[in-house]
Amino acid sequence: MGIIAAGGLPPDDVVVAGLRSGDEELFARLLDEWSPGMLRVAGSYLSTRASAEEVVQETWLAVIAGIDGFEGRSSVKTWIYRILANTAKKRQARESRTIPWSSAFDGAPEHDGAPAADRPDRRFHGAGGPSPGAWREPPARWPTPEGEALAAETRDRLAAALAELPPRQRTVITLRDVEGCTSEEVCEILAISAANQRVLLHRARASVRGRLSDYFQVAARPS
Amino acid sequence: MKRFRCEEVVELATAYMDDALEESARGDLTAHLAGCGGCERYVGQLRATAGLLGRLRNPQRHAANGSAEAPPEALPEELPAEARERLLAAFRERRTADPRSPL
Ligand SMILES: [Zn+2]
Repeated sequence: MGIIAAGGLPPDDVVVAGLRSGDEELFARLLDEWSPGMLRVAGSYLSTRASAEEVVQETWLAVIAGIDGFEGRSSVKTWIYRILANTAKKRQARESRTIPWSSAFDGAPEHDGAPAADRPDRRFHGAGGPSPGAWREPPARWPTPEGEALAAETRDRLAAALAELPPRQRTVITLRDVEGCTSEEVCEILAISAANQRVLLHRARASVRGRLSDYFQVAARPS
Repeated sequence: MKRFRCEEVVELATAYMDDALEESARGDLTAHLAGCGGCERYVGQLRATAGLLGRLRNPQRHAANGSAEAPPEALPEELPAEARERLLAAFRERRTADPRSPL
């Protein structure tokens, strides 16, 4: 799938030519199509909506100033998201002097959120049990999928689950699962390896799945 | 052929979904899922999690029955109108005042 397939915009060479020649209508369409996703991604780095908005604006200004230098080695959208990620990261570093949690994970980029190797996972039988590494109790069933519109409460639960992730995991899962980027695009945007991308994504998805499971089980319990 | 333990299947689920496993491992994992309801459900739920997150992208639709529900703060969806205007003005100024642009 990938983010390039976004709704009805012309192909990249047309977009680049239009931006360079001052096609304001095209620029307005890009603004409207891409800013919501950019706000979500910026928000994965930053704790306030105001900061995310400023980062998105700064990114668009950099796009306006830098489009002449765009070399077409990636898609336009990946290029813009890369500028966005770097701008957000800088902003996050600046703000983390006053908000300690956001820098708490910078020291261990390869092990972000990974479980300690010596801590046994209680969901599975231990080495001494009858079937080591098998489920003690399989995951509980989830309710059948909701209709077309996501219930407001599910939406809130998902947002809350994302908010409590370590920052790097939050950015990766936002790009992959919310925005629909491919793993290649995420690696390019964040300048990380495929293996690192997968570890971060897996930890993030596993945490969000756990939160949803808690929620669905409570919701299913007869009151 | 390797017999995966459930614990390992759970760890490899994202690589499996991304088709990033070697062919033999992929086959062994598929075989495990065919015979293990717990792991099959886990992988299905991980997939469902990704799918639900993707639906956050759709604009929030407010109840059409006129309920005054406030939009959620957590997932900003649009740039404020003033910011949009400022950016359009910056684009106009920069891209049309550029001496390298054709007249
Ligand atoms: Zn299993």
